[in-house]
Amino acid sequence: MATTVLLCGVGGQGTILAAHILAQVAHASGADVKVSEIHGMSQRGGAVTTVVVFGDEVASMVSGTGCADVIVAFEAIEALRNLDQLRLGGTLVVNDEVIKPASVLTGSFRLEGDIPGELADAGAILVPAEETARAAGNPKASNVVLLGCLSAELPFSVDTWQDVIAKSVPPKTVEVNAAAFLAGRAFAAEHAAGRV
Amino acid sequence: MKLLSGNEAVALGARDAGATIGVGYPGTPSTETLEAFAAFEGVRAEWCTNEKVAMEVAIGASAAGARSLVTMKHVGMNVAADPLFTAAYTGVGGGLVVLVADDPGMHSSQNEQDSHHYAAAAHVLMMDPADSQEAYDFTRQAYELSERFDVPVCIRSEVRISHTRTPVAEGEERAERARVPYEKSPQKWVMMPAYAKPRRIDQLNRIDAMRSWADECPFNRTEMRDASVGVVCAGAAYQYVRDALPDASVLKLGVTYPLPARTVRAFADGVDALYVVEEASTYLSDAVAALGVEVAEPENPLPAAGELGPNAIRLAFGIALHEHPSTDVPVPARPPSLCAGCPHRIVFKELSRMRAIVTGDIGCYTLGALPPLSAMDACVDMGASVSMAHGFELAMAGEDHPPIVAVIGDSTFAHSGLSSLVTTVYNGGSGIVCILDNRTTAMTGRQGNPFNGVALQGGDARELDMERVVRAIGVEDVQVVDPNDREAVRESLKAAREAADRLSVVIFKRPCVLLERTRQEPYFVASCTGCGVCVTLGCPAIGKDAETGLSYIDAMSCIGCGQCAQYCRFNAITR
Repeated sequence: MATTVLLCGVGGQGTILAAHILAQVAHASGADVKVSEIHGMSQRGGAVTTVVVFGDEVASMVSGTGCADVIVAFEAIEALRNLDQLRLGGTLVVNDEVIKPASVLTGSFRLEGDIPGELADAGAILVPAEETARAAGNPKASNVVLLGCLSAELPFSVDTWQDVIAKSVPPKTVEVNAAAFLAGRAFAAEHAAGRV
Repeated sequence: MKLLSGNEAVALGARDAGATIGVGYPGTPSTETLEAFAAFEGVRAEWCTNEKVAMEVAIGASAAGARSLVTMKHVGMNVAADPLFTAAYTGVGGGLVVLVADDPGMHSSQNEQDSHHYAAAAHVLMMDPADSQEAYDFTRQAYELSERFDVPVCIRSEVRISHTRTPVAEGEERAERARVPYEKSPQKWVMMPAYAKPRRIDQLNRIDAMRSWADECPFNRTEMRDASVGVVCAGAAYQYVRDALPDASVLKLGVTYPLPARTVRAFADGVDALYVVEEASTYLSDAVAALGVEVAEPENPLPAAGELGPNAIRLAFGIALHEHPSTDVPVPARPPSLCAGCPHRIVFKELSRMRAIVTGDIGCYTLGALPPLSAMDACVDMGASVSMAHGFELAMAGEDHPPIVAVIGDSTFAHSGLSSLVTTVYNGGSGIVCILDNRTTAMTGRQGNPFNGVALQGGDARELDMERVVRAIGVEDVQVVDPNDREAVRESLKAAREAADRLSVVIFKRPCVLLERTRQEPYFVASCTGCGVCVTLGCPAIGKDAETGLSYIDAMSCIGCGQCAQYCRFNAITR
């Protein structure tokens, strides 16, 4: 059996780095793993998705409607956009930040209702990632906070996560990221992970 | 074992096969292949002005006896096709491997052509890896095959192979391989009719030899499971088939040109119904049918366009998708946009304002086509902005028409805009050519090019002086302008427009904001009147409050470029 994790967000948010960390953790834990990314034009502030699949044997490297066991959304509108990728009963971890796309900024599209609220009602675990990262020492570590939340859902050891994170982030930020990871993991433990 | 992208695995395979020369032109999803190759010790790697030049450099290096790698995206293969088709006559000296990466689904491309057709048309061997391990193994083997059959070998990748990281176990250590000594052989290398005719016959013999080999080689694999359904597939499609139809028997092709005829027929005989699953193409199904094998149609047609995935196959074979949550809250589209502070923005704003007909080109700046700038009428291929503008001028000559403006980036100008500009000058053409010189090849990840003088492996590189090059071609009206200065942009375009009877080139020179990532103090909106002009710049840092209609600037996104402040008539944007 393979587990599919879809990470979605806005180009430039660091989904690719987060996906690499998850993939390295799975690989270091002895799993087969594939991580697929999209480069190029969509990185200029467009909607981006990265998929990590791990398990005994992994075939497809892409997700699809109902194929993701876990979605980690770095931004709330992107969580909504990718909601149908989640299988029924899957886990949805959402950064509570909303980044408005151009059509909303220019007033040609009006956002309806409170999107993080909609997601929370649907059973998502809403993470104040930036606030949590700031409390851990640096608001830029919000992607590692989200990985901490995700880690609570996956069968990999904290030591493996911390090892890989330490090797993946700039040397000066290792401590901050370690703290951000634990803060995210603690947040997930306090807020029973959402089931959609 | 380490996790490598398909691109990195191809680069490693080439190095371990003893390749010493790597060339290419950047293009998503192929770019990182040459970047990874360039990082190895003992190799020489260079970006070329375009894929044709790269292919020719590689052919030369091969002729001289070195194992060579040339990399490009699928549309680059169109540019490189001319030398490739004749290299399939000359054959090789040292092994010559071409990495071509397709982009089904058009994640970052203007079309989704299938490069298999090139292999079949040029009669060069083509291999399709289905993961990074195969990308490594196939590339390493490809050099042996290239030399054995005296033919270039194409590794056909695609976005999900090139940009997927999977575990790779490296093979034996790098084969240190001395260059085959060069010996003059005009019958092999001078392709004029007298020598090309016998090489054409040699080529036909090579095709026969490759066909026989394809049936014996270890790269095509028959996996018998339930015999009621048999699927022929290759590359990423194989992975999707394994997920969607786990019980089906599969013929996984590692060699997609030439097809292993006996293997395909034997597989067809062993299954009740044979299907072909491929992405955005009919290459494989046509080739299998041409062997006299009956290709069955699934219950519903497979998608003829766009990216495949396990679900598309499930739907075609009548398998229900997994249940999933859904929402009826409308979700706004999120297309990519020019970055905050992008030096292209004011140029597009001004072109939009002067209601020009704008022929665009390939790069980040194609995003100038999107609202609210909406400042582009056409974009076809690399260099087309300049030549299409000339076509517009020819067709509209003698009529009143809006100004016709070509917009092209620095790297694209070097790629093929130069030869277009020569055509316009030579034929006495008119109009305006804007060269958006942001000092890099931005879209593909900020590679070097002849006009920024940055070489792939560092070291000395000659930076071409764009203004002098353009003047040397014969353009007399050349201006160099800072694109962040609205008045200067407006004046330069006005001057160029007034000289409507001749050709004007305006070089807008300012580095891409992603090069140095410097930020200045952000701006803010002090006393907005709600006129909305700043919002029409399409800057991702500027928004309009849905309730009040007043503008605001997101201090986290603003890099302090000051473009918007130049458009506020009320001096409300300040810092």
